[in-house]
Amino acid sequence: MRRLLYLLPFLLFIGVGIAFYLGFERDPRDIPSALIDKPAPTFDLPAIPGQMVQGQPASSGLSSAKLAGDVTLVNVFASWCIPCKAEHPVITRLSREQGVTVYGINYKDKPEDALTWLSRNGNPYAAIGADQDGRVSIDWGVYGVPESYLIDRKGRIRFKHVGPLTPQVVEEQILPMVKHLRQG
Amino acid sequence: MKRILLAALLALSALSSPALAVQPDEVLPDPALETRARAISQELRCLVCQNQSIDDSNAPLARDLRLLVRDRLKAGDSDTKVMEYVTDRYGDYVLLRPPFKATTLVLWIGPFAVLLLGAVGTFLFLRGRRGVAAGADTAPLSADERRRLDALLRKDD
Repeated sequence: MRRLLYLLPFLLFIGVGIAFYLGFERDPRDIPSALIDKPAPTFDLPAIPGQMVQGQPASSGLSSAKLAGDVTLVNVFASWCIPCKAEHPVITRLSREQGVTVYGINYKDKPEDALTWLSRNGNPYAAIGADQDGRVSIDWGVYGVPESYLIDRKGRIRFKHVGPLTPQVVEEQILPMVKHLRQG
Repeated sequence: MKRILLAALLALSALSSPALAVQPDEVLPDPALETRARAISQELRCLVCQNQSIDDSNAPLARDLRLLVRDRLKAGDSDTKVMEYVTDRYGDYVLLRPPFKATTLVLWIGPFAVLLLGAVGTFLFLRGRRGVAAGADTAPLSADERRRLDALLRKDD
């Protein structure tokens, strides 16, 4: 019994050591969202000035009203953001092949840059809202682009991913979550 | 010429104040409101640089949040209302001083609990040792042991 007591500090040390070691695996940039399971913020963003949809100037941008109904992915992107370019093929596949409606929030971008970027890389977004001063993105809790949010059919935020979407994140997290939310 | 230049430079550097992240165009005309805005900004973490407050940070998001804080104040929000507005969006993580609540109990109480544990441990240890010193729980040496001890002690001389 006494010997066990002497071992206690050592065992405590081992425990704390393991806890700290596991901490190395965690990404300090990955801050849990305060908005999970809360309704998506109410917003109404205009289209990117000069954006054309099927030969016509885009009539509307993106508003919270569009989000309810089906499970959707809201992706915050910008032309100046390098990882956004990296995730673009993944987003495109998600929207064109994997049947998920993807909406875009164009974060603090110059309209001409955003339009050039979209025409060069393709536009997988069902609608895009231009958030030029970044205020709406603050309502979403955005702190670094790219960020992606899964919205359920009732318009609540159910999942957030910070950083570029990878095929692995899509396969292991997004698609199962979409399937689950569509049933619910 | 060089010396004059150097002297001028030194004089200038003495006049300058430390660089501020807050840009002149952000400053509110009302000094009382601006003081409150600065105080709030110093409590809010910049999510891009993480260990700077938004008052210190040059990151674009920090600037946006500073402007937002000032807008909320201008709209008539109280200091706590402004803090709530930001934590509603970014969570408690933006607060440089974590709040005291159930999820942060270990953080606040932990060090004191460890200190208390150490104090109890030390007390028990010392009490046990005092008992040993007083010879309360040790048997006196037998005649044979006494002889061996004397022999060992003599060997040292």
